[in-house]
Amino acid sequence: MAANSSPSNGAKGMTVIVKTISSWVKMLIFLFGIYIIITGHLTPGGGFAGGVIIAGSYVLLMLAFGREFVEENLPLRWASRFDCIGALLFALVAVLGLILGGSFFVNWLFRQQILPSKALELVSAGTIPLSNIFIGIKVGASLFLIILVLSMFRPAHLRGEKE
Amino acid sequence: MNIPLPVFVAIPLIAAFFLPILSGLGRKAKSFATLLANLATISLLVLAVLALGRSEDIQVYEIGKWSIPIGINMVLDGLSSLLLLAIGVVSTAAMLFSTRYMEQYTAKPKYLSLFMLMVAGMNGVVLSGDLFNLYVFLEIASIASYALVGFGCNNEELEAAFKYMVLGTIASVFVLFGIGLVYGNTGTLNMAYASKAINTVGLNPGLAFALALFVAGFGLKAALVPFHAWLPDAHPSAPAPISAMLSGVLIKTLGVYALTRMVFCIFGVSVTIGWLLVVLGLVSMVVGAFLAFGQWDFKRLLAYSSISQVGYVVLGLGLGATLLAQGHAAWASLAILGGLFHLVNHAVYKSLLFLTSGSVQMSTGTRQLKQMGGLAEKLPFTRTTCTIASASIAGIPPFSGFWSKLILVVAAVGAGLYWIAAIIVFVSLCTLIMYLKVQRYAFLGELPENLQQIKEHRGSMLVAMVLLAVLCSFMGLLVLVPYLRATVLTPAVDVLTDGLLYAVNVIGK
Repeated sequence: MAANSSPSNGAKGMTVIVKTISSWVKMLIFLFGIYIIITGHLTPGGGFAGGVIIAGSYVLLMLAFGREFVEENLPLRWASRFDCIGALLFALVAVLGLILGGSFFVNWLFRQQILPSKALELVSAGTIPLSNIFIGIKVGASLFLIILVLSMFRPAHLRGEKE
Repeated sequence: MNIPLPVFVAIPLIAAFFLPILSGLGRKAKSFATLLANLATISLLVLAVLALGRSEDIQVYEIGKWSIPIGINMVLDGLSSLLLLAIGVVSTAAMLFSTRYMEQYTAKPKYLSLFMLMVAGMNGVVLSGDLFNLYVFLEIASIASYALVGFGCNNEELEAAFKYMVLGTIASVFVLFGIGLVYGNTGTLNMAYASKAINTVGLNPGLAFALALFVAGFGLKAALVPFHAWLPDAHPSAPAPISAMLSGVLIKTLGVYALTRMVFCIFGVSVTIGWLLVVLGLVSMVVGAFLAFGQWDFKRLLAYSSISQVGYVVLGLGLGATLLAQGHAAWASLAILGGLFHLVNHAVYKSLLFLTSGSVQMSTGTRQLKQMGGLAEKLPFTRTTCTIASASIAGIPPFSGFWSKLILVVAAVGAGLYWIAAIIVFVSLCTLIMYLKVQRYAFLGELPENLQQIKEHRGSMLVAMVLLAVLCSFMGLLVLVPYLRATVLTPAVDVLTDGLLYAVNVIGK
């Protein structure tokens, strides 16, 4: 990983070709992840799949530009907070079901007088898109964190070989 | 009072995700996080006590108002509420203890978060009425415990955590394959419907293999003897309050409870499975006790003793299953009562013993019994609580352990199995000897030179230890006072003696 073959192009990351292409593609991947999340109740996919794709866009940046670049972009502490906040908001949706609908995870938005909607519209299906968005935040942040932490770890015998 | 059952999972889960947000916000936020975690465990204990006074025998909660078998349900019956109570007591005490004890470590909010995740997983396992959800909660609790075992990040601790993780994952895979086989053969994942299907068609080879996988998988989680290799490394390596949680309730909820629910309520008891559990229990009792003799590491000795004590619980339940299948309902319910009561007792006194070992380790900086001695004068409260717990585990009359062992012996004699009664008494004697060794080497004798200056750490640690010691002294009342027995233990015993009624009750509601 991270072959240091282009010293003229900064010390970190891959060649200029990879860097240029990935800086174009990263936004597309990120947007595709968001698309998968917000249409999760209409088409295949959803919070988990979209979250994985969003994390994938960061992993691409990590491979092309090196870990430090990504850490500046999304610091570890903030990723960890997004992770927790996503889970908390998901729990909030479930608890609101208990308060407003009488049971945990009741789809309390799925009523015409609260949220008028037709089937197969983007705004439909009550709390399911909300849950998908929160799960997307949680999965994206936590998968990003897992890969970041894995790339930070170096076994003792490899430490100091690079850098 | 009927409580919406998912709060038992939601409270610790919300706490688990809220606490890490407070990390890195300074000292005040850290103590606020500790306070919140304590409040969460205490509120869970209060809810568990309230759940004992529910109006019906069995409470079924359909999540999202989707009716079963399409939706997922949570079920609270006598056995679940007994386990919830045990989890509540031990986690409250362990969390109080951690308030002071975990000051030695960094990243306290992360510890609190993992702790709450583990509690959420255990409560979920106990309440789940759906096989796959049981597996998910089992994994939540297990993965949190893998991380907590390696929390100190020393080489030895990481090695123990890795070993625990590999063996724990193998156990989870066994359980998952078993659940897959049940789903393939019955067409449902709901425990009540699976039970109904299995008991109308009978055990086919696929289901029998699933049962074997469950025995191996949950047996690994419960550390019964052929599967016990991970426990003596994992439990001593964890921080003391986590050892208390692991030995006190984790091996029981993930192992014994889940296995019991499978055998009694889903597959139905038979003589074969009953004898299998009896043999596993007896082997665990004897081997665990013999291995504990030779240990000079305080916490390692306690860990081996846990294997031996879980053997008692499984022996009681296995004896109950055998006798039920043979039609001796009265002796069977006595054996089950003994097993379940021993489960609760062991949760209390073993967690107390681990907490006292943590107090000793924090004061002296060592776990080796040979390097201690004469600590009675330096650590008077630790010594007193440790002696009460030791007396209790060895089965000395007024304390709790005596009553559960007595019930087991009476049940074995009543069933005509005198040799089992003899083994129970013999292992009890072995337990007495090994705890006399702890008392002798740790608390009596000469105080070594280097330990002249040590102090006892008090405050919240003391509160936790005294709380559990008081429970140890008076838990015998749970069987002696008819009202307490009828609210706490009898409903749990009834769930197991009429195991197949579970399906009828859940579906009928």
